[in-house]
Amino acid sequence: MKTHVIVFPGSNCDRDVAVAIQNIIGSSPEMVWHKDSTINQSDLIVVPGGFSYGDYLRCGAMASTSPIMKSVIENANKGVPVMGICNGFQILIESGLLQGALMRNSSLSFICRDIIIKPTNTKTIFTNKSTISKMPIAHNEGNYFANSNQIKEIEDNDQIAFQYCDENGDINAHSNPNGSINNIAGVFNKSKNVLGMMPHPERAAESIHGCDDGRNIFESLLS
Amino acid sequence: MLAKIHITLKKDVLDPQGSVIANSLKSLGFDNVNDVRQGKFIELEINSNSKEEAEKQCNDMCEKLLANLVIEDYSVEIEN
Repeated sequence: MKTHVIVFPGSNCDRDVAVAIQNIIGSSPEMVWHKDSTINQSDLIVVPGGFSYGDYLRCGAMASTSPIMKSVIENANKGVPVMGICNGFQILIESGLLQGALMRNSSLSFICRDIIIKPTNTKTIFTNKSTISKMPIAHNEGNYFANSNQIKEIEDNDQIAFQYCDENGDINAHSNPNGSINNIAGVFNKSKNVLGMMPHPERAAESIHGCDDGRNIFESLLS
Repeated sequence: MLAKIHITLKKDVLDPQGSVIANSLKSLGFDNVNDVRQGKFIELEINSNSKEEAEKQCNDMCEKLLANLVIEDYSVEIEN
């Protein structure tokens, strides 16, 4: 499997996700600098977390105009799996590959803690092995928003990937860390080959992390 | 020419920062403040032959980068 991880100035989860890909998928990812312009052939492109361009203007807005993003969009449109985690999710939204917006957390605080998510659609390349999973979030702008028409469209097309829930899998206000509409933690594009999610599966991918629930997302990509 | 661009959250989007600012203003004694909506102000110098052309370009910039139209509205003012 040929894998790529995009690196922007300010990315800080690029190496973590590369280790997860190496250990779980067994592929040594090519690290692609944001100024490169082409990714020729790929079986998985990951846009990692961090603070690309210092979150100037809006999180992900500057990175979405980087030269490499044209190629990421072309690959996504050809059906190549593309996954954005945290700031990567923000970048995929700003680049138009995913619908909605990620706003400042309703608490106005940066949140860094473990949360629990539940896969909403388990028939995709990213979630076919997913179950209720614990993994960390670490963000200031993870409050997913879409207007009522867009939400209806996203729901009708089974594009919700994950929702924040409690230990029993109940999706309620108490288990929503950031004010996201309908507890949405991650979404797909229409054809389900692009996933964006705020939680960090790569930070819960080995027993040494204290929890390895995040592995199931990478394992899903293998099957 | 000088372009002045205001970017604000759409009316149906909650603005928790605005609410906190409103509370702080009230605690300073500005009891008559009812609602606060905060946003961004961008000023840019632009070479253009006409105000209309400059405005058109600024609208384009807002749609492509400066504003996120899912959550934000924008307005453009051009000065000579």
